[in-house]
Amino acid sequence: MQAFTKLEGLVVPLDRANVDTDAIIPKQFLKSIKRTGYGPFLFDEWRYEDVGQPEMDCSNRPIRKDFVLNQARFKGAKIMLARENFGCGSSREHAPWAIVDYGVSCVIAPSFADIFYNNCFKNGILPVVLSDAEMDVLFAETEANEGYKLSVDLAAQTVTTPSGQVFNFEVDDFRKHCLFNGLDDIGLTLQQADKIKAYEAKRKVDAPWLFA
Amino acid sequence: MAKTLFEKVWSQHVVNENDDGSVLLYIDRQLVHEVTSPQAFEGLRIAGRKPWRTSASVATPDHNVPTTGLEHGITDPVAKTQVEALDSNCEEFGITEFKMGDIRQGIVHVVGPEQGLVLPGMTVVCGDSHTSTHGALAAIATGIGTSEVEHVLATQTLIQQKPTLMRINVSGDLPEGITGKDVALYIIGKIGTAGGTGYAIEFAGSAIEALSMEGRMTLCNMTIEAGARCGMVAVDDKTIAYVKGRPFSPTGEVWDKAEAAWRKLYSDADARFDKEVHLNAADIVPQVSWGTSPEMVMPITGSTPDLSDAKDDVQREGWTRAFEYMGLNENTPMQDITVDKVFIGSCTNARIEDFRAAASIAKGYKVADNIKLAMVVPGSGLVKAQAEAEGLDKIFMDAGFEWRAPGCSMCLAMNADRLGAGERCASTSNRNFEGRQGAGGRTHLVSPAMAAAAAIKGHFVDIRDWNAKA
Repeated sequence: MQAFTKLEGLVVPLDRANVDTDAIIPKQFLKSIKRTGYGPFLFDEWRYEDVGQPEMDCSNRPIRKDFVLNQARFKGAKIMLARENFGCGSSREHAPWAIVDYGVSCVIAPSFADIFYNNCFKNGILPVVLSDAEMDVLFAETEANEGYKLSVDLAAQTVTTPSGQVFNFEVDDFRKHCLFNGLDDIGLTLQQADKIKAYEAKRKVDAPWLFA
Repeated sequence: MAKTLFEKVWSQHVVNENDDGSVLLYIDRQLVHEVTSPQAFEGLRIAGRKPWRTSASVATPDHNVPTTGLEHGITDPVAKTQVEALDSNCEEFGITEFKMGDIRQGIVHVVGPEQGLVLPGMTVVCGDSHTSTHGALAAIATGIGTSEVEHVLATQTLIQQKPTLMRINVSGDLPEGITGKDVALYIIGKIGTAGGTGYAIEFAGSAIEALSMEGRMTLCNMTIEAGARCGMVAVDDKTIAYVKGRPFSPTGEVWDKAEAAWRKLYSDADARFDKEVHLNAADIVPQVSWGTSPEMVMPITGSTPDLSDAKDDVQREGWTRAFEYMGLNENTPMQDITVDKVFIGSCTNARIEDFRAAASIAKGYKVADNIKLAMVVPGSGLVKAQAEAEGLDKIFMDAGFEWRAPGCSMCLAMNADRLGAGERCASTSNRNFEGRQGAGGRTHLVSPAMAAAAAIKGHFVDIRDWNAKA
């Protein structure tokens, strides 16, 4: 997994609440058996006039010009702003795969749905929770200033604006450690294989029906 | 010390408490389907890892399978690749699979409890958010992403933070015609789609105790639509009776030992919750969603909201966008909304009780002329067989419904069953998101009886009036 340490990047404002994973990546793209290639289909129904199909060439598709991802000033954004409950709905990891494949590796919102939040950390994406008031500041500044960039520092747990205003965010230590170092947590868990085996040995006695 | 139901099950599964407060949690059962597993199996192959305990996982294809013309197999080549990948992965890694054509095949969340693969007190995961369904059996059941599917396959554990605990008490008696679906939608309307974020929810109170196991599964299924990690209901006689005699349930002495353990799975009288919500069953009337989020829901006796009633600008903008997408206006009576299609099925409402309820409405009637398609999709081959043994298929077909083969179908429209742009559907599924049932499709979430009644009348009606007339 790609490590996340510091990121300075262009910001795209997605000013919507309850953005669900069906919107992030519609169901027809879930038929792929790969982890990559979802970026061109991120927010497919909001981004294009036609209905996307897996593997199609998106370069000549009719776009919805008013959607933020299609506006020239936000091309190449690495950081996305959103409103409350971002990533609600399905557990599909295709949603973070599409976001990271598009080139965004930090999403800032006042709240995230649990499964999506967790899935981000498995894919090198940092989800940052800021207050509604802080989000209002970021949305207003992003809209007002073309080429608006933010600087995100995972070690310091800060988001810094171009004017030097600093917002602090929380992230739990284990997730931070894994994301910062790009660690594969299966490998870490397997270091505890003896404990898992000992647990199973005891459970087989106490609750044999679980091992039938 | 007094413990909640959640804490009892959780504490039995802690392998190790890590220094940072997270725990390594043992997972008893993983359910696997074709959409979220191929990349997990690929990950195992690349890393040269084997499943930790193959007998803990059971698979069945559901999201992509066709519900008609099964003799031709899957005609969509991309979907076919995915189902074949599941078959070959299960074969390669030695995982039990109920394949297409096996009467046990169906929607994972219907098949799991039906086979006794999910038992009280288990930890259950699946790469699908509606895994919350299984909390109806007093299991801790959560949906996970593909990376965690791979983690569970490789280690039989997950790294988890203990959630905060909420209890939702629904007291009093449920009025006639009110189902688990109406209770679920009513709760989401009250607490919102982010109301449960970070929480494990226990449903309790006399109205919950009165629900059948199927009704409890519907309720727990929709817990994820309230944003919660999982939903649970304590073990009672109904739970024990449901589990007994199922193919993977224990028998003999082991059953006796299991039952004794399961009977302890309830929250102690003085157990503490981080939050408690109290609702009255008598206040619940049949629910219909009007917008593009499950919290945008109204009683059938009500109307779509007035924009001036929104709590803030963010909600007002969300409602405005929802009205536009749904082709509806403010203050429209719910009973005036006509529908084009009707879907009765999904992991929320595709169990035998759901079809009995819908058939009792449809019996002797015909689907209205404005309905382009009314389809009934069983949750599993065994549900289908049971319904046919009871003659329900005939009731539906006589009324003009299509009777299909089992699968997820038009809940998420990965197969051929989907809405066209602008088509409006009365659906017993769980999500009314934009495009969920097909690009541009408009979904209204309802109970099976409400869906059947909408099919007969061509618009939403109050099922309680129907019952009064019958």
